[in-house]
Amino acid sequence: MKEIKVLGPGCPKCKTTYSNVLEALKQTNIEANVEKVEDIEEMMKYNILMTPVLMIDEEIKIKGRIAQVNEIIELLKK
Amino acid sequence: MFDWIQHFADWLIYSVFGIAADSHLGTALNFFVYDTLKILILLFLIVFLMGIVNAYLPIEKLKNFLNRKKLYGLEYFFASVFGAITPFCSCSSVPLFIGFVQGGIPLGVTFAFLITSPLVNEVAIAMFIGMFGLQATLIYAASGILLGTIGGWLLGKFNLEPLLSDWVKKILENKMQQSEYEEAKLTFRQRLPEITRGAWEIVKGVVLYVIIGIAIGAAMHGYVPENFFGQYLGGGQWWTVPLAVLVGIPMYANAAGVIPVIQVFVAKGVPLGTALAFMMATVGLSIPEATLLKKVMSLKLIAIYFGIVAFFIIFSGFLFNLIL
Repeated sequence: MKEIKVLGPGCPKCKTTYSNVLEALKQTNIEANVEKVEDIEEMMKYNILMTPVLMIDEEIKIKGRIAQVNEIIELLKK
Repeated sequence: MFDWIQHFADWLIYSVFGIAADSHLGTALNFFVYDTLKILILLFLIVFLMGIVNAYLPIEKLKNFLNRKKLYGLEYFFASVFGAITPFCSCSSVPLFIGFVQGGIPLGVTFAFLITSPLVNEVAIAMFIGMFGLQATLIYAASGILLGTIGGWLLGKFNLEPLLSDWVKKILENKMQQSEYEEAKLTFRQRLPEITRGAWEIVKGVVLYVIIGIAIGAAMHGYVPENFFGQYLGGGQWWTVPLAVLVGIPMYANAAGVIPVIQVFVAKGVPLGTALAFMMATVGLSIPEATLLKKVMSLKLIAIYFGIVAFFIIFSGFLFNLIL
């Protein structure tokens, strides 16, 4: 099962990314663990500069902007 | 360049809606349609251009540049310029701050970036061009960058490390090694859809504020008497600039909404310097940003940071009123 993380301190962009992830999972019927990382200390372990960040299986996929539903679907299919 | 928008606005309001051109309502509506279209077009263009710049100069690259090169004091200036060209989101300010100090970039240089980043951003620039013209925009951008440079340099002179949060100090002690940034090798053509969509997202995000701001501005244009503000605020009283800054700080509004309103203030008699100071305080210093920064630094440091920036904003307000 895929591990998805959305990193961001709770700004509107981060929330949109998170709901886009849920939407993408719903559309594809893929099961995954989705985690919202809002704690800055935790976030900084990943050495990021811009939020929101979308991580799939501990790998940074999209950073600094909202991830679109169809983008996430593409990433999930890989 | 924007004549055709004016023709369109005239046609729409006076011919299609049949509202008299000399009525308050007609003027206000015409102004609203013209400004909204002009601003949205400018906004998309500028944001798109910045998107291209950012595609080739991503933040990681800029950070590495500040990190690696010997810049002989110019690092404050570069950090400030980088702050200006990087798209700003208040929620990114904390990760950026940590990422910079973690990479070994001095605190003062990090502050230079942090000061300019919200102050000079693509949305503010586009709104400024549309509302005040190119010259005022250049003055605004240059003074914002200068303010970040000097402010960061000054902050760097203080011993501020003890005022950081404990966990940030710990990060400073064992600076992580630089992760090398791998640049995605993409051609311009491959990047274009991404850049266009990014620009579109940003414009979509502020379009509501633009419309509300312009609507308020348009209403004021039609109904507030000429030189109304000039009577009270235009006489060059010294306290107007500090007052504008003090009012501006707690007023968290994004540049998109606040600039059209400021434009009316200027049109009705407020000196441009006072208006610029107000605008800088509104977008450059905000309470939500301060609350986010509380996670990485003590209240005292936030107060010093805000105090210094506010001081320089007031200073530049005076300066503009003097020279413009």
